[in-house]
Amino acid sequence: MEREAMEFDVVIVGGGPAGLAAAIRLKQLATEHGHELSVCVLEKGSEIGAHTLSGAVFEPRALDELLPDWKTLGAPLNTPVTEDRFLFLTEKRAFRLPTPPPMHNHGNYIVSLGNVCRWLAQQAEALGVDIYPGFAAAEVLYHPDGSVKGVATGDMGRTKAGEEGANFAPGMELHARQTIFAEGCRGSLTKTLFERFQLRSGVDPQVYGIGIKELWEVKPDQHLEGLVSHTIGWPVDQATYGGSFLYHLENNLVAVGYVLGLNYSNPYLSPFDEMQRFKTHPAIRETFSGGRRVSYGARAISAGGFQSIPKLTFPGGMLVGDTAGFLNLPKIKGSHTAMKSGMTAAEAVFELLRVDDKIGREAVDYPHRLKNSWLWDELYRVRNIKPAFHWGLWVALGYGALDTLVLRGKAPWTFRHTPDHTSLKPAAQCKPIDYPKPDGQLTFDKLSSVFLSNTNHEENQPCHLTLKDAGVPVRLNLAVYAGPEQRYCPAGVYEFVEESGQQSLRINAQNCVHCKTCDIKDPSQNIDWVTPEGGGGPNYPNM
Amino acid sequence: MKILVAVKRAIDYNVKARPKSDGSGVELANVKMSMNPFDEIAIEEAIRLQEAGKAQEILAVSIGSAQCQETLRTAMAMGADRGILVQTDEEVQPLAVAKLLQALVNKEQPGLVILGKQAIDDDSNQTGQMLAGLLGWAQGTFAAKLDVQSETLEVKREVDGGLQTLSLKLPAVVTADLRLNEPRYVKLPNIMKAKKKPLDIVTPSELGVDISPRLKLVKAAEPAARAGGVKVADVQELVAKLRNEAKVI
Amino acid sequence: MGALVIAEHNNVMLNIATLNAVAAASKLGSVDILVAGHECQAVADAAAQVMGVSKVLLADAGHYAHGLAENLAPLVVQLAAGYSHLLVAATSNGKNVMPRIAALLDVAQLSDIISVVSEDTFVRPIYAGNVLATVQSIDRVKAITVRTTGFDPVAATGGSAAIEKVPPGPDAGLSSFKGEELTKSSRPELAAADIIVSGGRGVGSAENFAIIEKLADTLGAAVGASRAAVDAGYVPNDYQVGQTGKVVAPQLYVAVGISGAIQHLAGMKDSKVIVAINKDEEAPIFQVADYGLVGDLFKEVPALIDALSK
Repeated sequence: MEREAMEFDVVIVGGGPAGLAAAIRLKQLATEHGHELSVCVLEKGSEIGAHTLSGAVFEPRALDELLPDWKTLGAPLNTPVTEDRFLFLTEKRAFRLPTPPPMHNHGNYIVSLGNVCRWLAQQAEALGVDIYPGFAAAEVLYHPDGSVKGVATGDMGRTKAGEEGANFAPGMELHARQTIFAEGCRGSLTKTLFERFQLRSGVDPQVYGIGIKELWEVKPDQHLEGLVSHTIGWPVDQATYGGSFLYHLENNLVAVGYVLGLNYSNPYLSPFDEMQRFKTHPAIRETFSGGRRVSYGARAISAGGFQSIPKLTFPGGMLVGDTAGFLNLPKIKGSHTAMKSGMTAAEAVFELLRVDDKIGREAVDYPHRLKNSWLWDELYRVRNIKPAFHWGLWVALGYGALDTLVLRGKAPWTFRHTPDHTSLKPAAQCKPIDYPKPDGQLTFDKLSSVFLSNTNHEENQPCHLTLKDAGVPVRLNLAVYAGPEQRYCPAGVYEFVEESGQQSLRINAQNCVHCKTCDIKDPSQNIDWVTPEGGGGPNYPNM
Repeated sequence: MKILVAVKRAIDYNVKARPKSDGSGVELANVKMSMNPFDEIAIEEAIRLQEAGKAQEILAVSIGSAQCQETLRTAMAMGADRGILVQTDEEVQPLAVAKLLQALVNKEQPGLVILGKQAIDDDSNQTGQMLAGLLGWAQGTFAAKLDVQSETLEVKREVDGGLQTLSLKLPAVVTADLRLNEPRYVKLPNIMKAKKKPLDIVTPSELGVDISPRLKLVKAAEPAARAGGVKVADVQELVAKLRNEAKVI
Repeated sequence: MGALVIAEHNNVMLNIATLNAVAAASKLGSVDILVAGHECQAVADAAAQVMGVSKVLLADAGHYAHGLAENLAPLVVQLAAGYSHLLVAATSNGKNVMPRIAALLDVAQLSDIISVVSEDTFVRPIYAGNVLATVQSIDRVKAITVRTTGFDPVAATGGSAAIEKVPPGPDAGLSSFKGEELTKSSRPELAAADIIVSGGRGVGSAENFAIIEKLADTLGAAVGASRAAVDAGYVPNDYQVGQTGKVVAPQLYVAVGISGAIQHLAGMKDSKVIVAINKDEEAPIFQVADYGLVGDLFKEVPALIDALSK
């Protein structure tokens, strides 16, 4: 099919912290060296920030390097952290634990990462970056020599059946000398790049968590601006990796969230319901009394850390941010590393493009630079913390203390990861979990939650949650695992329904909040998440 | 013929609005804003008229803060030829909008003005009618189909219970309803081209229009949650209640 | 200073929406009704019967036959001097003409009011009903459109107002009526229907949807559906009531086999009376329904059709 094409020096896929930091750094270098450089950022959300979801406690280390005068530029880092609390919960009680060193947040800020991205986008545009929200990069393009040529945006206006509708507009090709993939955790194009360029050979599989977040407006007497509170323990058992966050932002806003390792084994577990249940704890629920929930969302995060970092470059392009997996799990922070990787990639790309015009070159200097940066050191030191949770919470906490305080991350061993989709046990070996019914005040059902994420997709388009084998959901997932997709999806996308005595899987793709959990957790990796029409998905404000 | 289309920057239709907790207005901080959907339909219709050779130039006008330039750029990416922003940070209510548009119409002399039938923020559904009244022009509100001839315009209107066809003398004001057309997708290269199209900025005082508000917002509140009613035992009781108590059948 | 209500009619019958507008006007003072039309004496006679009306103004001329705003607005402007409030029901005609009147009087309009707080302060829904705004007007004359579900209609009879003829104004010559295609089917349009019967996933199949249609026809209602039913392919997309479909506010909304997901509630919660029929007594729809019937829809709906046909 003939598509129009546009040419850029650099195309960046994804307008999150990594992609925008890369764009800004590229333009800074171009200006510094008096070099013409065209940089384009594609973002599948309807606007920058629409799909950005994070806690978030923000460590300004990378931002300090990128835009040292961020304060005068009006960056929305409005709430310095004033206090850290770390609690262990049992069903009825809460015990204050010493805050582990990586979770000390002095000097950090509680932010809406979406708003930080909105601001970064303004800085990028002021430097001359072309930013196109509402356009999803749907396909990687290759030169005949196999190097990456750029990306193509998805077609708009295809019908459910895949035919060209009345307003059909074909996708566009965006050609670039270098393409930077900054798709965020479990990028759909990154997945194809892993395979094509064997980027994961010799590294551990990536492992993931799902973060579910709500934003609340609480009563002023429940609000402690600057307070950062984390919990472990209840409601999950000690074999399950999970914990909560509670951040008090400005204007009586409180971000509450629950992060759960996707290596859980009980197919009856529902991360969404664990999150709802968490809020009912006696030490927690008071915060929300008399308040109102104003937003909701969910997103997977890469938790594998150091040993799961793939090969980062290939001819014509590279990976930055969480699609590569630079999250520091013990810190539960990844924005600063995402930004740093974007900036480092930008520096390598700029050097490369300055030298010659050859297409399809590989920015091998990027991983080299990264290895000499604080990012690498930071991730190396904490590499054994998450895998230690394999032995359960208490051992992991003990090991974490030993590793952090005594060994200082320099242990001569490295623990390995196994992929999350292999961890489910057959339902027959597990106990169903009886979650309390939502009360509509403190706890809610999935659909009224998705409602607050402002999620929408044009209805008449092909389903973007594709199944490799349509028979697998009933034959395997339902029969063996009691249909876990009904529970791990935090947006109610997957439903088993009975029609004339036959079970079938209904996919309510319109509800999808683009968290990517299904693509990760499906036991036989039968679900392939591909980009829907640009602009679809959540419209998170202040998340 | 020149067509003037008014476009408003409004809350995105996917976003649920909520009142501020102090009731002083609606929470709009960092909320996604877009072109009012009915205005998109208005722009689309103008473009189709231009493509059909019935119009030479399409002028998009927006009124509000500097950020309304984005809305005008979207209109131009869809196909409008140029834009005018009447820039002000004050609240501009429908009557004032109509007066500002009247001033621009007097200056630009379009043969047709198309607006969305209402904005999805204040849901007023007034501006087109007011503008037509101020100009002394014919009005074709809630348009579902337009047929532009040389001196007249035939408009099919969405009315309660069906469609009504009117013939309007040109120049006229039309407001777009949902079924008038389905707006096109904006293409990437057109977004780039739109950045280079002319966009002029004027102020209400340059147009000589007093925009001071006539309506004061006393309070914005969430509607009371609907309380559940009663369970009825059977259809007989249901029918009796509907007939005698609710009196809706 | 009283209120003038512009009657909604088809030259033969007074549209009952007028009675809701009169109800709103009655809260503001004495009420006169303007009947502007062509050969519409019968309408004026009916208006004179309406409870609480002091006077009926009758303007009869060919160019008022179809309620063209270009002709009607100057007439109302001319009559407005004696009134503090001008009201019309927020029908398509009312919405068409009132803003033109307001502009000619250089006053703001208050659209779609659902309650009267005081003579200058009103409540109206904004943001598709997600926010209720209490709004105060500083203008001498308040131009108002009235959302009919906000006010119970006054009685159509029992009044005895005098009918006063007023001289018609000129034909502005700007617009002319060409024709009208009223929806032929006995089933009204979803957006404008007084009664809506909607089916959800509980209906089970496209074939089973016939039962919903039959109930709708018995009630003279429009047919709607939840997104689940649309997604399941039981009915086309334009039946969909809800956040991503149509937002409706009929007098009576009957939800059959609809669980009541919030997306659906967002599209119908402003209905005056809600009836829910569902076999799951925990279904959220019962939390908003005025009348709930727990039972198998395939048994209850036919029984309801029977009971209504009696």
